[in-house]
Amino acid sequence: MYEKNGEKYFVVDGHTHFWDASPRNWVPGQEQYAKGWIECFHAYQGLGPPETHWSLEDFQKYSEERMMKDVFDDGYVDVAIFQPTNLKQWYTEGFNTVERNAILKEKYPDKFVLNTTFDPREGDAGLRKLEADVDRWGCKGVKLYTAEWRGDSRGWDLRSDDATRYLEKCRELGIKNVHVHKGPTIWPLDKDAFDVRDVDYAATNFPELNFIVEHVGLPRIEDFCFMAVQEPNVYAGLAVVVGGLMHARPRFFNKVMGELLFWLGEDKLIFGADYAIWEPKWQVEGFVDWNMPDTEEYSDYGKVSVEAKKKILGLNAAKLYDLDVPAELRLDQPAAQPVAS
Amino acid sequence: MTMTAARSAGAFTDQAAGVAAAVWSALATVRDPELDDPLTELGFVSHHEVTAEGEAVVRLRLPTYFCAPNFAYLMVADSYDAVSAVPGVTKADVRLEDHFAADAINTGVAARAGFVESFRGEAAAELDELRADFLRKAVLAGTDRVCRALVASGVDQSRLAHLTLADAPEGPDLWRLIDRRHELGLPCRDSDALIVDPATGEAVQPDALRMHLGLARATRVSQEANSGVCRGMLAVRYPGIGTHSSTANEAATDAERERDQRTNQH
Repeated sequence: MYEKNGEKYFVVDGHTHFWDASPRNWVPGQEQYAKGWIECFHAYQGLGPPETHWSLEDFQKYSEERMMKDVFDDGYVDVAIFQPTNLKQWYTEGFNTVERNAILKEKYPDKFVLNTTFDPREGDAGLRKLEADVDRWGCKGVKLYTAEWRGDSRGWDLRSDDATRYLEKCRELGIKNVHVHKGPTIWPLDKDAFDVRDVDYAATNFPELNFIVEHVGLPRIEDFCFMAVQEPNVYAGLAVVVGGLMHARPRFFNKVMGELLFWLGEDKLIFGADYAIWEPKWQVEGFVDWNMPDTEEYSDYGKVSVEAKKKILGLNAAKLYDLDVPAELRLDQPAAQPVAS
Repeated sequence: MTMTAARSAGAFTDQAAGVAAAVWSALATVRDPELDDPLTELGFVSHHEVTAEGEAVVRLRLPTYFCAPNFAYLMVADSYDAVSAVPGVTKADVRLEDHFAADAINTGVAARAGFVESFRGEAAAELDELRADFLRKAVLAGTDRVCRALVASGVDQSRLAHLTLADAPEGPDLWRLIDRRHELGLPCRDSDALIVDPATGEAVQPDALRMHLGLARATRVSQEANSGVCRGMLAVRYPGIGTHSSTANEAATDAERERDQRTNQH
């Protein structure tokens, strides 16, 4: 919970990790990729305030104690949502697997939401794994990487028959939230891997599922906005938007937020700190202090209310995941409530 | 050293310097296709020189080790072509450094092998369509720049659909827009519509104008924000480049201030 000027904010970090990218976890022969990957993440941290930068060694692998302090004690977060990233081709034990995230989920069940992942190319075995994960941890969400290579396959598409089978299985298992990574990626080499058209198709065919586009399709925000405006069950995951722009590029932060609010509206934006790339503390504080400037440059965009910030920082995600929000942190109830029959 | 030898050495140095300057100008015509900004302005050219034998040596760098190899390939190949065409350059040695696919890209470009051949088994198509996609985005972003200036000068937004390119104020933004339209084969004569659908070249009709301008604005925001992130990441990776400040974020602010100044000038 964060409190400022008498207003209290319930904070859900919609995008967090517990990774191990230390050298002893690098796959022999793949060291340059494992090293390059974590150094690339570490460079992103450089876009945050200098006093929040870590050494590369600290960044490669951090302890449970550090994460609990940064996210919950210092970072105001009430609940954080784990979004797994396997990357087993480069990291022996995986980079940020469901199993690794589950260590903290099992220890602090009220602090974390644990999402799992699937890859439709794994066929029946993958469906059984998905069932087992839901059975074991009660997962309500999945994180998907459509651009991931596997053998000869150069990524997959949410429109495929295989993906449809998995989405049907999600519906059957009670998974409601499908987080799709549409942001900076490497492969497939000759394609624009940020294409969001497959999300458009799946969101239309599965109206009972929510599709949260992580990193808002960066760097193709316009394609994402244009798609999302047509789909009532598509949301924007703000990881990277706040961390990567608010401090380093305040003008573009204003404009990107302005576009997202213009096309999607305040009910569709989900805050995510993207820990450990960036700590939540400065992001939560900065976001509550932020507003659209009054100058001509931003005249196309509206002001952002306290209520909108409460939704974006936590209440929207709480709704997607049925989280229990203390009464004092909910929005004021409308005066005239319909009487329950 | 005799007088004659000294004079001819001086002449040679002048000539080499002239070729080196021409190489730099050639590199300034090469753009990051995604950001639509010149490599020289983005800080992507880390080194350029011309040897006594007329070999142009160019080194390129990118904001991250994992920058998309498709765009990286286009930039290295375009640089190679631009530099090779400079009079006085006998040979081009253009290499990307500090990138996971640098070897494949450098070797492929030097052999003029094409993208598919350079990444055999990993790529199935050349990059023309990708390049065209981003040119269309550049046309949209440019449309926002030009139209915004028109509206600021008092033109009613609803009239924009009736204007031609001749009605827009002269300046770098208009030249850039016409240039990108030309590259795509879209209409770009004075009498052609100011606002066209970049996919078809058709004039945008008044009933579709508002939506089109909204998309144009979002495209420009996206492109400029992306450019901002890339510049920031480059400054983190190569501290102290291009600016007097030592951190990415101060550098970012400098770049933004420059852009503000440029925007205010027109």
